[in-house]
Amino acid sequence: MLRCKECKPVELRLSHGLSHPGQRHTASSCPLYVHVIDGRSPAMAEATTSQKCKDENERFPMMDWSQYDTFPGSFEKCSLMTAALTHVGMYLLMFLGFVNQLLFKPKVATERNREGYAPLYNPFEQFFSRYVYRRVRHCFNRPISSTPGAELTLKERHTDDYNWSFRFTGTEKRCINLGSYNYLGFAEASGPCAEAAEAAARRYGLALASSRGELGSTALHDELERTTADFLGVEAAVVFGMGFATNALGLPGLLGGGALVLSDENNHASLILGLRLARVAVRVFRHNDVRHCERLARAALAEGRWTKVVIVVEGVYSMEGSVAPLAALVALKKRLGLYLYLDEAHSVGAMGPRGRGVTDHCGVSPRDVDVLMGTFTKSFGAAGGYIAGSRRLVEWVRGRCHAHGYAHAMSPPVAAQVLAAMRAISSPVGLQRVARLRDNTHHFRRRLREMGAITFGHEDSPVVPMLVYTFSKMAATVERLTERGLATVGVGYPATPLNKARIRFCLSAAHSRAQIDRCLDSIEAVVQEVGLRYSRR
Amino acid sequence: MILMDIYDTASWWTLVIAAQVVIGSAYFLWTKKKREPEDKLTYKKFNEWKPLPLVEYDLKVDEPPLMGKIDENVLNVGATSFLNFDKEPQIMESAIASLHKYGVGSCGPRGFYGTIDVHLELEERLAKFLQVEETCVYSYGFSTMASAIPAYAKKGDIIFADEKVWFAIQKGIEASRSNVKYFKHNDMKDLERLLEEGVQKKELHPKRRAFIIVEAIYYNSGKMCPLRKVVELARRYKLRIMLDESLSIGVIGKNGRGLTEHLNVPRDEVDLIMGSLEHSFATIGGFCAGTHFIVEHQRLSGLGYCFSASLPPMLTQAAISALDILETKPVVIKELDEVSVKLNKALDNLKHYTYSGHELSPVKHVYLKDDISHNDKQSYLKKITKYCMEKGIAMTTAAYLVDQEVKCPEPSIRLASNRKLTNDNIKQICELLDEAYEKVGPK
Repeated sequence: MLRCKECKPVELRLSHGLSHPGQRHTASSCPLYVHVIDGRSPAMAEATTSQKCKDENERFPMMDWSQYDTFPGSFEKCSLMTAALTHVGMYLLMFLGFVNQLLFKPKVATERNREGYAPLYNPFEQFFSRYVYRRVRHCFNRPISSTPGAELTLKERHTDDYNWSFRFTGTEKRCINLGSYNYLGFAEASGPCAEAAEAAARRYGLALASSRGELGSTALHDELERTTADFLGVEAAVVFGMGFATNALGLPGLLGGGALVLSDENNHASLILGLRLARVAVRVFRHNDVRHCERLARAALAEGRWTKVVIVVEGVYSMEGSVAPLAALVALKKRLGLYLYLDEAHSVGAMGPRGRGVTDHCGVSPRDVDVLMGTFTKSFGAAGGYIAGSRRLVEWVRGRCHAHGYAHAMSPPVAAQVLAAMRAISSPVGLQRVARLRDNTHHFRRRLREMGAITFGHEDSPVVPMLVYTFSKMAATVERLTERGLATVGVGYPATPLNKARIRFCLSAAHSRAQIDRCLDSIEAVVQEVGLRYSRR
Repeated sequence: MILMDIYDTASWWTLVIAAQVVIGSAYFLWTKKKREPEDKLTYKKFNEWKPLPLVEYDLKVDEPPLMGKIDENVLNVGATSFLNFDKEPQIMESAIASLHKYGVGSCGPRGFYGTIDVHLELEERLAKFLQVEETCVYSYGFSTMASAIPAYAKKGDIIFADEKVWFAIQKGIEASRSNVKYFKHNDMKDLERLLEEGVQKKELHPKRRAFIIVEAIYYNSGKMCPLRKVVELARRYKLRIMLDESLSIGVIGKNGRGLTEHLNVPRDEVDLIMGSLEHSFATIGGFCAGTHFIVEHQRLSGLGYCFSASLPPMLTQAAISALDILETKPVVIKELDEVSVKLNKALDNLKHYTYSGHELSPVKHVYLKDDISHNDKQSYLKKITKYCMEKGIAMTTAAYLVDQEVKCPEPSIRLASNRKLTNDNIKQICELLDEAYEKVGPK
């Protein structure tokens, strides 16, 4: 029974079969408040009953967003001139590519022995990758020959045929690494994590050659699942062998027909693939725009034909460097009776004072988020992913997702690395890493701003995109930074919109202040040279 | 003057088109300005909104047996490490050396400093081993097929696939959103009928991309694909072939190069070879092999390649070391093939079961003879495997998501052959299976 302050009592049956006589059901007093059999949580009941309403046809009020932090991240717009020049630059590149294609067709671009077959590729896609992307190909897929730690060793390549092919020069270059997702610096070739991994490999083998549901479970996997759940502050977790597959194979198990998903426009490819395989209806809301999300949710509720509505967001967006406004989303979901799926691929370990992810950062109870998903690739320096939440949820995912029975179990040394790293984060030394990452991030972002470059996202996000707009500037910047001993990543179409190419820096706790300052000095020189002072603030 | 000329030569329909353009754009601009539809969520609607819980009902998942290292105490005939490479000290040492050089994770996708020299080495070595132009390595076996297929097949294309292809291929097909036609398992006549029908109905024509997807050895039945016939049909009807060699690489063919070597089919005839490194190579990951023209495309379009962190270097190194052994000691392949043949002979004598599996196939599916329901069969088989586990032989029932499979295979125990199985072991397995049936099987 829920007793509302102002209206008549509202009867609520709880699916866990317990009643709390005399106790008020609110989010804070009843930990199981979400599981309500007739589908209406106390928060929803409160939303209707606490507002004195006489007429049923009256419009249900919108959220009062003034109480919440709805900051979507900083996305400074460039001047009209820059935008126009970027477009002209892109068209010019395309035009040159087109001319190039007419004049020169290399051997690799033709298929053998398949005359009379339908062409295998979409002509534009092929044109783009051969004659536009090829010009900047040397900035991607660069091989390294060391740990992707604070520094890395680049194997230098040279091209004799304008990036159609590369050959190794045999030389190597040591660079400071601002490209890998090694947020907490656990990508280490020695130390306690590596030792744990070695021990696990010797004990269990490198792989179990079986799926978790068949003969691929070990005590190590169970322990990892328990530790992950404790780390995140939820009841249970299930782990998967690959981060991408966690979304692509886990989502179809979680959701099914009849559900509507409200998905952020910048969600990762794995989420989009997972939603497609789950065969759910998807509507996209503008990046980090809770008001737009609310409008879509209200429209869906008014339609009255969905069995459930799920918001799917990421904690930290890897291309934008922005953080989801989690507190606002949780309030919205509670009020309207929606569910929240949070992908913490880039945030778990890296965000929050205790490194517990974006829930920790935003001060939201992890139990208020229905599904917590994340990967072990980034902060933990391993591979794989998890889905965590209530025990029932985890069993539900385990029993219905595609990974448990079909995909092979996580490799034991990888699981051991995650366990060791996760335990390390909880120790005082680990917390120092988390703090150092935050310091590095703040310092780095502040200096970039002072230089006059446009950066996207939130102050605390360790992913720092610096806008360069055109493809050519992206390549020029990456080249120059490499010359100065700085390994960074340029991102352009198709990962970003055509005219929003950027350089992405990923900070790490492994970087010392001196290294960061050295990087910043190099960046400043390049910003000056290439002309990246786009900011007008 | 020029203007006058234009008006003179323009006929009346030019004006009609011009008017249409003007009206059309005016209408377009007008509708754009209309505001978003009004928010109609009333108290009434809101009170009617009763979402289903996220977890719709309680689900009980069987606790799988906990494996230690697949060690000497238990004879493991469930795990698909056919060549026993999971215990090979040479592989273990090289992987650990790699661990101490590179750490565990690669901390990035291949595009962004996740390409470590061992990845390039493995790709090069695999290409050499398979005698193809190029290979690319994925970081998970399941995602290899599930990503490679939608990289080529798109909406509007047509796919002909065997109805018993394993789940990853089914999901790859689903992700591609192509039109799919499943033919009867290993039935070339049915495939030919479907192709003929496709031509008649004009679904199959030279302007439409078309693919055949088959497995060399079917994970769900152990049968071998008649690749020669598939190639013949594909050439006749102009389809491209995607072949999953997960269970055949390192297993059949004189040098372990898979079905193409075994049946002596030129590798050029198969457009794309996909495979998993999780079976005979006993590590994690998968690969795609083919011409440069084909494989290079995945480096930008294979979702699981592009957007996922790369394979941990130590596991990559393990695959390289496995290749070393395959290349220097091809006798391991012969050993395995002999065991597989012997296993078939022994399974012929089972009293209470039937089985399926080509004699060279490293997986054999053992079915119950009894005529009972799917669920009953599954639960009896579970009991049987549990009994066998207690008696020191680990085997597993094949796990399927019944409602998700295109055509759910019959419940079975999936036996994996292993090159180290002795004659006594094989005898013991068969005897134990019959014993278990008598103890816990359907009476």
